[in-house]
Amino acid sequence: MIKAILIFNNHGKPRLIRFYQYFAEDMQQQIIRETFHLVSKRDDNVCNFLEGGSLIGGSDYKLIYRHYATLYFVFCVDSSESELGILDLIQVFVETLDKCFENVCELDLIFHMDKVHYILQEVVMGGMVLETNMNEIVAQVEVQNRMEKSEVSDVKQGL
Amino acid sequence: MALKIVKGSIDRMFDKNLQDLVRGIRNHKEDEAKYISTCIDEIKQELKQDNIAVKANAVCKLTYLQMLGYDVSWAAFNIVEVMSSSKFTYKRIGYLAASQCFHESTDVIMLTTNQIRKDLSSPNQYDTGVALTGLSCFVTPDLARDLANDIMTLMSHTKPYIRKKAVLIMYKVFLKYPESLRPAFPRLKEKLEDPDPGVQSAAVNVICELARRNPKNYLSLAPLFFKLMTSSTNNWVLIKIIKLFGALTPLEPRLGKKLIEPLTNLIHSTSAMSLLYECVNTVIAVLISLSSGMPNHSASIQLCVQKLRILIEDSDQNLKYLGLLAMSKILKTHPKSVQSHKDLILQCLDDKDESIRLRALDLLYGMVSKKNLMEIVKKLMLHVDKAEGTTYRDELLTKIIDICSQSNYQYITNFEWYISILVELTRLEGTRHGHLIASQMLDVAIRVKAIRAFAVAQMATLLDNAHLLTGNMQRNGICEVLYAAAWICGEFSEHLENPIQTLEAMLRPKVATLPGHIQAVYVQNAAKLFATVLKGQEGNTDSTAAQETSQLMIDRLPLFVQSANLEVQERASCILQLVKYIQKLQQKDVEVAEEVSALFAGELNPVAPKAQKKVPVPEGLDLDAWINEPPSESESEDEQPKAIFAKEEPKHSRPRHTEVDEKELARRREARKQEQANNPFYIKASPSSQKVYQDTPGVEHIPVVQIDLSVPLKVPGMPMSDQYVKLEEERRQKERAEKKKKEKKKRKEKRSGRGKKQDSGPESEEDITPAHMVDIVTEEMPENALPSDDDDKDPNDPHKALDIDLDKPLADSEKLPVRSHRAAESLKSPAEDGDVESAAIHAPKKKNGKEKREKKKDKDSDRKKSKEEKKKKKHKHEEKEEDLLGGQAEEPAVQSEETNEVAAPPTSTSAEVSDLDFWLSNAPVPSNTQEAPTVAAAEAAPVPKVASGTAPNSEPDEPKDTEMEETKSSKHKKKKQKKEKEEKEKKKKKKHHHHHHHSDGGGEESVQNGTVEDEEPLPPMSNYCLLAENSYIKMVCDIQGNLQDGSQVVVSVIFENKCDSFLKSMEFNVLDSLNSKLQRPEGSGPHDGLTVPFQLPPGVSNEARFVFTVQSIVMPQKLKGTLTFIVKNEDSSTHEKLDFKLHFTCTSYLITTPCYSDAFAKLLESGDLKGSSVRLEGVNMPFHHLLARICFHHHFSVVERIDSCASMYSRSIQGHHVCLLVKTSGQTVSIDAKCDEPTLLGNVLDEIKQTFSQC
Repeated sequence: MIKAILIFNNHGKPRLIRFYQYFAEDMQQQIIRETFHLVSKRDDNVCNFLEGGSLIGGSDYKLIYRHYATLYFVFCVDSSESELGILDLIQVFVETLDKCFENVCELDLIFHMDKVHYILQEVVMGGMVLETNMNEIVAQVEVQNRMEKSEVSDVKQGL
Repeated sequence: MALKIVKGSIDRMFDKNLQDLVRGIRNHKEDEAKYISTCIDEIKQELKQDNIAVKANAVCKLTYLQMLGYDVSWAAFNIVEVMSSSKFTYKRIGYLAASQCFHESTDVIMLTTNQIRKDLSSPNQYDTGVALTGLSCFVTPDLARDLANDIMTLMSHTKPYIRKKAVLIMYKVFLKYPESLRPAFPRLKEKLEDPDPGVQSAAVNVICELARRNPKNYLSLAPLFFKLMTSSTNNWVLIKIIKLFGALTPLEPRLGKKLIEPLTNLIHSTSAMSLLYECVNTVIAVLISLSSGMPNHSASIQLCVQKLRILIEDSDQNLKYLGLLAMSKILKTHPKSVQSHKDLILQCLDDKDESIRLRALDLLYGMVSKKNLMEIVKKLMLHVDKAEGTTYRDELLTKIIDICSQSNYQYITNFEWYISILVELTRLEGTRHGHLIASQMLDVAIRVKAIRAFAVAQMATLLDNAHLLTGNMQRNGICEVLYAAAWICGEFSEHLENPIQTLEAMLRPKVATLPGHIQAVYVQNAAKLFATVLKGQEGNTDSTAAQETSQLMIDRLPLFVQSANLEVQERASCILQLVKYIQKLQQKDVEVAEEVSALFAGELNPVAPKAQKKVPVPEGLDLDAWINEPPSESESEDEQPKAIFAKEEPKHSRPRHTEVDEKELARRREARKQEQANNPFYIKASPSSQKVYQDTPGVEHIPVVQIDLSVPLKVPGMPMSDQYVKLEEERRQKERAEKKKKEKKKRKEKRSGRGKKQDSGPESEEDITPAHMVDIVTEEMPENALPSDDDDKDPNDPHKALDIDLDKPLADSEKLPVRSHRAAESLKSPAEDGDVESAAIHAPKKKNGKEKREKKKDKDSDRKKSKEEKKKKKHKHEEKEEDLLGGQAEEPAVQSEETNEVAAPPTSTSAEVSDLDFWLSNAPVPSNTQEAPTVAAAEAAPVPKVASGTAPNSEPDEPKDTEMEETKSSKHKKKKQKKEKEEKEKKKKKKHHHHHHHSDGGGEESVQNGTVEDEEPLPPMSNYCLLAENSYIKMVCDIQGNLQDGSQVVVSVIFENKCDSFLKSMEFNVLDSLNSKLQRPEGSGPHDGLTVPFQLPPGVSNEARFVFTVQSIVMPQKLKGTLTFIVKNEDSSTHEKLDFKLHFTCTSYLITTPCYSDAFAKLLESGDLKGSSVRLEGVNMPFHHLLARICFHHHFSVVERIDSCASMYSRSIQGHHVCLLVKTSGQTVSIDAKCDEPTLLGNVLDEIKQTFSQC
């Protein structure tokens, strides 16, 4: 199971948070800070696994992260997930973002947090991996975006 | 109205959208909080408007603010409003917001139930998808209960997109509403074989997650997963399955044996590191579960270790990390194979990556031996000095302690060294682990008697130098060691060289700055020291010294009396008064030392941590029973206590026997020794570790050697452990030299040619004798303590509730609540009524049928009864058919039918259990078809016992159920049923009696007798049929449609070598027809044969698969083919060939596809299907055998079965639906069939007919 997915930038500013277990808002912020603290001080050439912080999970949980340019993608997972598998999944997710936003950069995530969420929802659901095939993910996201567009134009026509 | 909308839209243009909000926040970096609070005010205004678009925009912004840490739960109701919008755009926004901020205690959640249900059944699959996604994040027990049935229906949705989401969310539903697991499980299991890989993967995911927590309940799925593992190419699925097997193997070693080979193959073949790694992991788990010592497994271990070494040596830090992680698993059971890579692991200890260093540290734990412990710890101590950052240093500290203390200090040969290591560790600044060091000091000092003098001396110096530790006391946990130091010095004060000095050190004013609990120990132990000092001084003629000591106490203690800590205060004032009194006595020249030390006399023994829990409840003692009668009458109260005491008295006096003769004593001693030797909790004093648990011949032989202190103790703050390392080295060398001498002597004495046997090679583990034999005192355990460890489970674990037996057939009461259920509870729905009735009749009827077969004499009377019942049933059946036609209107009825159906054939579930056994016990490939059935029969034999075991259990339940549910309406019915039952039971008894009678006489009868009790087992069946055979080779084959591809058929052929020669270069070739073609690898011609990918040694069989492409599947096909092969003898080899005819029946194009009765009814209703029917005469087998045969040989599944009538379903690889309605009466079976392809149907029916004509 995936317990949480956090995306934040090099300064620890959250860009997307997705907890699959309930934490109150202040606790969420604390977890982000702690995770940022743990992850940010690591060199880029060390391994991508990290024994979980004290706040989230316990000995069974691991932080698995990737660092892309200005962003950290951190997954907090338990031992039922394959470490390398999750690394691949992060890659799939980022590549999907890249496809959906056409050369994704931090600004896309900043201004379209909701869209990023919708994409993530097609990859992970309720803490479990839903789909790993990028083409399938992109296809589903696009169909939904088209639906949204047609609804918006309906409203405009209604005017 | 229109105006309003326009107005709303215009308003909206002036509203901020999410992008504006983000931009605004970025532009107000200095006063962000202020800006956001104005935004929130705006949002509140927007939420008050009627326009849903404005609301949705506001909610979207709130979701963003939630990410920044703002609590937005106040808008929960607005979120629900947006969720219920009919527009997908807004609905999605609403569900996203809900999934981010709803949780179990959000009270508006209960308002969402109906909305979610509506969305789940929406015609738009994305509405459903969004609802499922949202629900997965905030499902509550209530939602789970109310929606479980809806979600379960979605698991068979036509769109795979919905199916996979519905399957995944079931896991969350199970967690919140465990009762749903059993009713939903059959369908979940089906999804493992869903044609869509995404759905399949989701199902694997959910079952793996479930099985991880309660593996034993999922063992029966092992064959299915095994099949998936060998057939799937999706690495995600493979990884999950392989991980699952890792969890299952500890429960079933036979499974492990079966797994080793395919896993090793995967390890060799895969290029995906993630898969390779998981395979290695599971192989390790398998090897752990298998008893070691099997020669062929050492190869597997070598393979794993070798692959892991490659990972660790990789430049990719991730692989390095994982390699070390997996290595640590091997370490537990096969330390030797890991120890050979010690160099590599020690190297990782210097890695720049902390995660890797930590993993390497873990491994060190198992690398140590008596020989290298000191060396390794020395290295770690160096790391401690170098380490920056307290976390890593703390980790090092705990590791050092772990390594040294593991398995009762088995690797420590010199405890003086260990104590000095601990003392050195106290110099770490800012560690959190002071208490850990302290507990080690206490443990060693208490349990290792021989070390006490040394320990006390060290602790005394620690106390003396306490100021070094307490420099910045409050922040630092290291002062905890003073707790241990003070206690050790007090408790074992007789070992102190200079007790007065220590006493003084303990009463320094600075002590008052220590934490309260430490001060308390100081005070208490000062009193102990005082007693010891008095004892020493009173012997002297000069009494002033003793009085001075008392004065010291009286001077210093008031400081502690003033302490704010209650414990300290209380102890101090108590002791102060005591000392004052002692002083008075001293002034009168009374000797008090004896009395004072009597206060602290007696030795404290260590008690094992779980001792209290493990005291078994004595036999016959019921802790819940009342000891007295509940105090109802006053008179009895006075008497009873007396009685209790009187009873107890003899118990107390019993151990006081003194006149036991010598023999008896000796016998008891022997028994006790035996018991101690067998008691795992009795820590034997033998320091040679390996033997501890094996054959300790008793305790007597251990010489408790006087320690001669070869190391000066004086220097306090200097690392001494290094000196020990040197000393130890010297000592060992000396020992070795002595040993060699001895050996030489021996050799000289012997001089025979056997000298080489005693080759004194490198020093082995056992050779090292500890510096001092140490008497480790046992931890006390209650007598006959239970050796259980089950107290480690967390009772709050939500997965505990999911520990449910899934193989048990479903009971009627187990069904998911349906929409109408709760509302209509008081009203009795006719459907439910019927359900109950059928359930009540079902069981007896079945038995009835069976008995009929056994006992022909009673047949007549039986027949009457069954006729009666049949009438009833027919009636009911009609009712049900109506239900089916009625479709969804009567959902509850359909639902209950479903569960009923699953519950109906208990044989199928027990067959599954035996399946597992069979699957596990069998060789990977059935070597011989004739042999296989006999094995199957042998395996099937115990099955009925299971069935008959469960039957009586379920039977008494049923009437209860009926009684509960049937409150008013059908009392007369109940009576009738009861009567029937009674009658039947009587008859049964009679019959039993009868049989008994007969069985004395004839052998035949007794065989039958056996079958009465065992519910008739299904006859063994195999789908493999003979393809061709000659004196060299035999081919049997099974033909199956490929469900992934609509035009493929897979032929599995088992080749069996029947001769004494080696068969090789086998080539399989088939003459293609227009319709069917053998799939050949690219580049080969249309007439080339396929090489069989193995050779066959004599007597061996193996299976190969060939894929055929077919175009039309409505007609059976015959293909001619040839197998050519070389028979190789020692001297000659001949070319042979064998012709065969492959028969593709129409049945082989059918794929067992489960179908639910609702879908089945719809299908029949649709009218697209054309009908046909067939009658079979003279079928002499029980109905369930008949069904099982159709299912097995013709790939059908039972949709629903009512008495002697069943509906069945199958699907062809090209998606034709085939529906059967099978009815039986007497020996005639009629099959009404419908299919969208009449030719196919006709052929299938012919084939069915043929199946039954053969038997």
